[in-house]
Amino acid sequence: MIPLAASTEQRARLAALPLRREFHEAAAAAGYWPLTPASIGTLQINVGKLCNQTCRHCHVDAGPDRREIMTRETMTLCLDALARSNIATLDITGGAPELNPNFRWLVERATVLGRHVIDRCNLTVLMTAGQADLPEFFAQHRVEVVASLPHYRATSTDAQRGVGVYDKSIAALKRLNDVGYGDGRSGLRLVLVTNPVGTFLPPAQASLEADWKRELLRLHGVRFDTLYCITNMPISRYLEWLADSGNLDAYMRRLVDSFNPATVAGVMCRSMISVGWDGRLYDCDFNQMLELGVERSAPQHIRDFDAAALVRRRIVIGRHCFGCTAGAGSSCGGSIE
Amino acid sequence: MADYYNSHDLARFPEIGGNAPELAKKFFEWYGAVFADGALSAREKSLIALAVAHAVQCPYCIEAYSKDALEKGSDLDQMTEAVHVAAAIRGGASLVHGIQMRNQVTAVGM
Repeated sequence: MIPLAASTEQRARLAALPLRREFHEAAAAAGYWPLTPASIGTLQINVGKLCNQTCRHCHVDAGPDRREIMTRETMTLCLDALARSNIATLDITGGAPELNPNFRWLVERATVLGRHVIDRCNLTVLMTAGQADLPEFFAQHRVEVVASLPHYRATSTDAQRGVGVYDKSIAALKRLNDVGYGDGRSGLRLVLVTNPVGTFLPPAQASLEADWKRELLRLHGVRFDTLYCITNMPISRYLEWLADSGNLDAYMRRLVDSFNPATVAGVMCRSMISVGWDGRLYDCDFNQMLELGVERSAPQHIRDFDAAALVRRRIVIGRHCFGCTAGAGSSCGGSIE
Repeated sequence: MADYYNSHDLARFPEIGGNAPELAKKFFEWYGAVFADGALSAREKSLIALAVAHAVQCPYCIEAYSKDALEKGSDLDQMTEAVHVAAAIRGGASLVHGIQMRNQVTAVGM
């Protein structure tokens, strides 16, 4: 784990920065204070921090040494919550969610319930032992694969995610293409997610998508459906890197100065509930890593899930929230504008 | 004598409008329009700007477009190739003038 692994340390580091405005002030100026949900369309489950990669920007501080992992009992509670609500989408994240021994069971049960399932995939996990048939499994259950790839070329990808990750990622993408993902006809949706390899905001999503499609096809014959551009959040390993490289103040200033009021309506916390590996509830995966649980008056654990009560909650915010509202905005679905 | 180039002067660029605001307004509007997505993508235009910045050897522009190229989605390999393009044109421009030299030599030499 990193020195800033403790969420209290991360929150203290952010709180000590000299910012010219707070997030609640910016949200208020945009007409969204208090910040409340519009709906709960997605249940996002973090099934554990175990990962086969150790990316330098990871907001989860995930890696091969992490032992926090969601049990089948907690997954059952998540499925019960889905079954007694009209939440349309189950969004599974980690870590590498596929390394949870009950991952496939969870996907199967959620699809039996008729829910749309998203898997947030690091691609290289498809190349690890015992996972070779994942593309076929995904296709069989019509799972939407949202896969991380910082760049369509190797240099930046390996700089962020580790040497050799790019080649394995391309091999994994080819295997997904082989079963129909990204062909634009099968309905098997393959999304790529890029985030900046450094201390800057992500590129314009629409402008970049055409570049990516052309270059991945030219370089490797790889096809995909959509590109999401997301902003790096100043928490966990990325926060550590910002601080160590002397970029933390400037990055936070950039996020605050780039606040875009038009993005607030679409921030992801307004349409989802995040479940931690131990079943605790959060407004988003970032709040989860900072251990900022949902408002105390709302249900705190998935066993107490109550959609009506949760949609009435006030969303818990902090300075890191400027990461979702800078520039074109950033969410689990890419840029907001 | 103060330094000719200070990195913080880059952020003061808008001050150039201090004595000619209408001209500056037109320049900055045109400048913004030039770099928008068009027949070329914003990323491609940023790489061209980076190459030209090296050709004209403007430290302000090099700082601005090194960062901008990354923000627009280019990587260091692509940026380095853009700088080589600038260098090749600069080098080639010198070398092709060697033909002028040869013309002079042909005119006056034996």
